[in-house]
Amino acid sequence: MDQNPMSGLRSLRDRLNVTVRDIPRSGIRDFFDIVSTMKDVVSLGIGEPDFDTPWHVRESTMFALERGATHYTSNLGYLELRKALSLYVKKTFGAEYHPETEILVTVGVSEALDLALRALLNPGDEVIYHEPCYVSYRATILFAHGVPKAVETRAENGFRLTRAMLEAQATPRTKVLMLNFPNNPTGAVMASEELAAVAAFARERDLIVISDEIYAELTYDRPHESIVSLPGLRERTIFLHGFSKAWAMTGFRLGYACGPPELIEAMMKIHQYTMLCASSLSQKAALEALVRPDSDISGMVEEYRRRRNYISAALTDMGLPCHRPLGAFYAFPNVSKIGISAKEFALELLKHEKVAVVPGTAFGDCGEGFVRCAYATSMPNIKEAMVRLARFVKRL
Amino acid sequence: MESRENIARMLGLPVAEVNEKIAGYEKRGIIRGYQALLDEDQLDLDKVTAVIEVKVTPQREGGFDTIAERISGFPEVSSSYLMSGAYDLLLFVEGRTLREVAAFVSERLSPLEGVLSTSTHFMLKTYKRFGVSMNGPKPDERLTISA
Repeated sequence: MDQNPMSGLRSLRDRLNVTVRDIPRSGIRDFFDIVSTMKDVVSLGIGEPDFDTPWHVRESTMFALERGATHYTSNLGYLELRKALSLYVKKTFGAEYHPETEILVTVGVSEALDLALRALLNPGDEVIYHEPCYVSYRATILFAHGVPKAVETRAENGFRLTRAMLEAQATPRTKVLMLNFPNNPTGAVMASEELAAVAAFARERDLIVISDEIYAELTYDRPHESIVSLPGLRERTIFLHGFSKAWAMTGFRLGYACGPPELIEAMMKIHQYTMLCASSLSQKAALEALVRPDSDISGMVEEYRRRRNYISAALTDMGLPCHRPLGAFYAFPNVSKIGISAKEFALELLKHEKVAVVPGTAFGDCGEGFVRCAYATSMPNIKEAMVRLARFVKRL
Repeated sequence: MESRENIARMLGLPVAEVNEKIAGYEKRGIIRGYQALLDEDQLDLDKVTAVIEVKVTPQREGGFDTIAERISGFPEVSSSYLMSGAYDLLLFVEGRTLREVAAFVSERLSPLEGVLSTSTHFMLKTYKRFGVSMNGPKPDERLTISA
């Protein structure tokens, strides 16, 4: 008699959805598993602010909890919050959205991105996006049954996008263009004329644009320009933003999407059936954050700018070429002259000097030869990391 | 203290320019000095600090300045400010013992011509000073690597 209760059970892996099964987990995840076993690591690998959420935001969240803001909200989010978002987006990005039909509050920009792609894509539809990019883009397109078409941005061009790069990937099946500037992991920001050329490409090809502008407030040499402010773009763009980076509110998981009513309605349906609504307390926190945004953000931007200046100079001094990051909080130096892969570089650096950086390949194949150094960590940490990195580079 | 080289790197300026600017600030008295910020509670010092509210009569010539400068001249007074509201001057006074500070108030400060009244509060514990929390750095709760 068969005593084994497992017999007759087909491999569970074989029964997984093939798309999910075949997508590797994020390279960041593997690296995290290694780093988390080590002590006294100075980490330049953290993709979130080291600042605390502004105290007035935290304090008002406690107040909201006391007052009992613990119930479901409208699927779209509190109307009061959407009204405040509408004003903020108009003032900051130059596009006006109706709070009742054109704004959806989501669980971070990650959810909004997933909703946008799922709302738009039919199997086989192609999505052009640029690499190196945030780790989720390719996977999110695949989960939505789209076909990811990566455009490789290059260091010599400041990791900016040109129309020619986009034309080379465009086909009749291209439906969506995804943008992320200021960029994670490169810190790239588009120049005005380049952004206008990308906008013209989207208009002429009649594409939908999904623009992830989560780092918009964190620019150091010139103010951010949003593609939604350009002629003919508002009506074909889903604008994504949130509170994680500029307000240091990552754990609140609060983002939002702005776009034409038909697109927001479609995204809302998926959100309604899967998420219902974003956390009520996080929405209250976001509303408070919008009341006094400038004072909160400007101090952090000043500090990030000092760190950006410091880390760029230090990397250059040790002989690692690094394009000047103009936004976000990442430097993306070229380490290829050391003669080992980005992953090996990161592993060896961790082993010998206990400094954590993220191999560029975590952000796409064209990130080979680069590593991401986040400067969202204290100045003393950055200085210590640069001393150790210089020692490491010199020895190799 | 931050080295001139590091300040130059953070500002994206040449070191010579940073040196020149700092020297200028020092010369013009914009930079009045450099101090270490201590957590005195850890040092077990023989020291008490009192915050004293003082009501004074402004003088016909010199207003509050003359009396304020006279009071500020005492080495026991570490800081002094002219205030709006229910009193005029706010003093931070340091001494070795409570008795010593009390003696300063009763024997030096109160008898001064123009001093109408004083109200003395002794400091018990410091939570935050010059924007720095005295609870020590908080542990970094963030994941060591994230996207």
